[in-house]
Amino acid sequence: MSAPSNSTAKTGRKSFEQIREDLIGTNLNNTFWNQVWIRFLIVLIVLGTVAYGHQLVTGLGVTAMRDYSSWGLYIASFVFWVAVSLVGSLISAILKLLNQNWSTPLSRIAELIALGAITMAAASIVIDMGRPDRVLNIPLHGRIQSPIVWDFFVVNTYLVISIILLYLPMIPDIAILRDRMTEAPKWQRKLYQVLSLGWQGTKEQWRLLKKSIRIMIILILPVAFSIHTVTSWLFAVNSRTGWHSTIFGPYFVAGAFVAGSAAVIIAMYVFRKRQKLQDYLTDYHFDMMNKLLVLTLLLYLYFNINEYLVPGYTWQRLDGAHLQELLLGHEAPLFWSTQIFGMILPIILLLFKKMRKPLPSLIIALFVLAGAWVKRFIIVVPTQFHPQFPIQNVPEHFTHYIPTYTELAVTMATLAGALLIITMLVRIFPVIPIWEEAHDRGIHKIFEAEK
Amino acid sequence: MGAGAIAGASILNSCSSGAESTGEKIKLLTATGELVEVDPTQIKKVRKEKLSELQERGREGLAGHHWTMVIDLSKCKNARKCMEACQGAHELLPYQHHINVLQMQDSKATAPYYMPKPCFHCDNPPCTKVCPVNATFKRQDGIVLIDNERCIGCRFCVAACPYSARIFQWFQPDYTEEEKSRIYDIELNVPQKKGTISKCLFSADRLRKGELPYCVSACPNGVYWFGDKMEDAVTNGTSKETRKFSELIKENAGYTYFEDLGTKPQVYYLPPKNRTFEYEPVDKFLDKDKYPEDRS
Repeated sequence: MSAPSNSTAKTGRKSFEQIREDLIGTNLNNTFWNQVWIRFLIVLIVLGTVAYGHQLVTGLGVTAMRDYSSWGLYIASFVFWVAVSLVGSLISAILKLLNQNWSTPLSRIAELIALGAITMAAASIVIDMGRPDRVLNIPLHGRIQSPIVWDFFVVNTYLVISIILLYLPMIPDIAILRDRMTEAPKWQRKLYQVLSLGWQGTKEQWRLLKKSIRIMIILILPVAFSIHTVTSWLFAVNSRTGWHSTIFGPYFVAGAFVAGSAAVIIAMYVFRKRQKLQDYLTDYHFDMMNKLLVLTLLLYLYFNINEYLVPGYTWQRLDGAHLQELLLGHEAPLFWSTQIFGMILPIILLLFKKMRKPLPSLIIALFVLAGAWVKRFIIVVPTQFHPQFPIQNVPEHFTHYIPTYTELAVTMATLAGALLIITMLVRIFPVIPIWEEAHDRGIHKIFEAEK
Repeated sequence: MGAGAIAGASILNSCSSGAESTGEKIKLLTATGELVEVDPTQIKKVRKEKLSELQERGREGLAGHHWTMVIDLSKCKNARKCMEACQGAHELLPYQHHINVLQMQDSKATAPYYMPKPCFHCDNPPCTKVCPVNATFKRQDGIVLIDNERCIGCRFCVAACPYSARIFQWFQPDYTEEEKSRIYDIELNVPQKKGTISKCLFSADRLRKGELPYCVSACPNGVYWFGDKMEDAVTNGTSKETRKFSELIKENAGYTYFEDLGTKPQVYYLPPKNRTFEYEPVDKFLDKDKYPEDRS
């Protein structure tokens, strides 16, 4: 296999065989750093599991949550994971339906992130439960009036659709792996054998595949919008200042596209470096992804202005107290650093072409993604300290919330879990869709196989 | 021995699940005062009330009633006997409140006052709406109860309640094994359970017995009136005087909290007027050092 040249864009004509060999990429797996990375993630997960065991035995009291801040880091993380998972539908569905073909090599990255994130969203909500042993009460005694029941079903639906949408376009690629990866371990060859579903690339198979993908990318859209809208309603349906907002649905969806786009840019950078994919994840792709990020950031900024300016103008009793804390009080450093480094500065910086190059955009995306996490925390936590009646006759530490080490360890384990899912999947599957890439480069050979 | 006796013995034997009679007898006193001899293998423990029965009648509530409470703020001297009685009955820690006496001051120009705050047992409760598993529900007599055998501990109801009426069991309550294994009484919410919700129940267990709630009977200052809207009558827990609910509210300009939220609270307040005692502020927070176990 010849090392891919550093030439830009898709100017260099590559043959299908070249593309295939470049993108199979799974021969890079057993490098030293890859092993270190996986062990590191496993250590984080083990630590988090121990911490969670402690929580199960002792009770949710091992967290810093108390009666007045009864949702904390876990729920913030849950919202964050749901948000990140939405990128799967943004790139694989929305951009595809809009015929934005530049996004083709990004679609699998987006789907992988979506799958890792939605799995951890589901995990986070169980982690936050006081009685996880009774999780089956939701389907058994579920009340259709409760947004948690909506969330339960829509998260599970989205999980299933995400798996299908990851899997379907991968079938021809798995068939390529089945035929090419003859030196892989037996279990892996067996896996390709089973998952390729006897793909031969006949006209009929292509027709069915394209049709099913088309159906799935349309089906995922309402589910994707529902999942994050319903998640926002977990807050918005409560008559609490800072939560009871009619724009929470679109506000959350816009924020989700921001977080997801940032996650994709980070993943693009990592995969490009690690698998030497400069010919496939080019500067052009970074440029386009960053423009998409700016677009979503501007939309998010618009919702932010609405969300804070309108109650800020009337400054009603509790709204005022809440905003005072956020904008000028205790939470102000966290609030302003998130808004500035996670939203406003990225918008300004990304207006410059140089900033949309891979390395600068990686750094910006890291800030945006971290900001997205903190922003969920800011939405979830501070508002709970402004109930209608004053907080009294409890220990004073009930009036603030700083996550404990146990909580942090469990939360980090969900992050590690999402990353491990992605890492393990790219070990055995190509991170860029081979046949779609070939198709977009005008190579039609593989689609003409006759049986 | 006749055939009937043999048949009877075989039935008895089949009942005693194969245990063999030793011929030994023990003497027992029956409920009517008779002394009888019984074979020890035939003794069965008296059936306790089943969990499911308690839960069923707890969910149903007491037909023909609509419980209501009137709290006279002009009488409350912050004695906190209500809190003590409540925490005792429901086995709560000092910082866990089903009823909480707050120190209030509406604005700088107005006088401060004490305000006991139970659950308002709203007729349009936001908490029961959001419960995903029907673990908290409103009964026909107006009481909002919780079933901590059903609760999954998601705390959505805590988020939904505008009155901060709900608490969560963040830790395993400090029970002996015996206390822990008691049959759960849904109308008392005892034993309390780790990872579930607790809140004021209007002392549903006492109402079933025809008694006033724990807090109401414990008050030394005549703050609480409790009764039934269907009868339009409320009784004062201290003086035991009974009055027409509608008159009491009308004469004293009674009100409920945050009517704009549309929750229709069933706890009414009489304004803190004409008070003849000193208002003495106390610490608003509990001593932190007292609860080291609460911070891990």
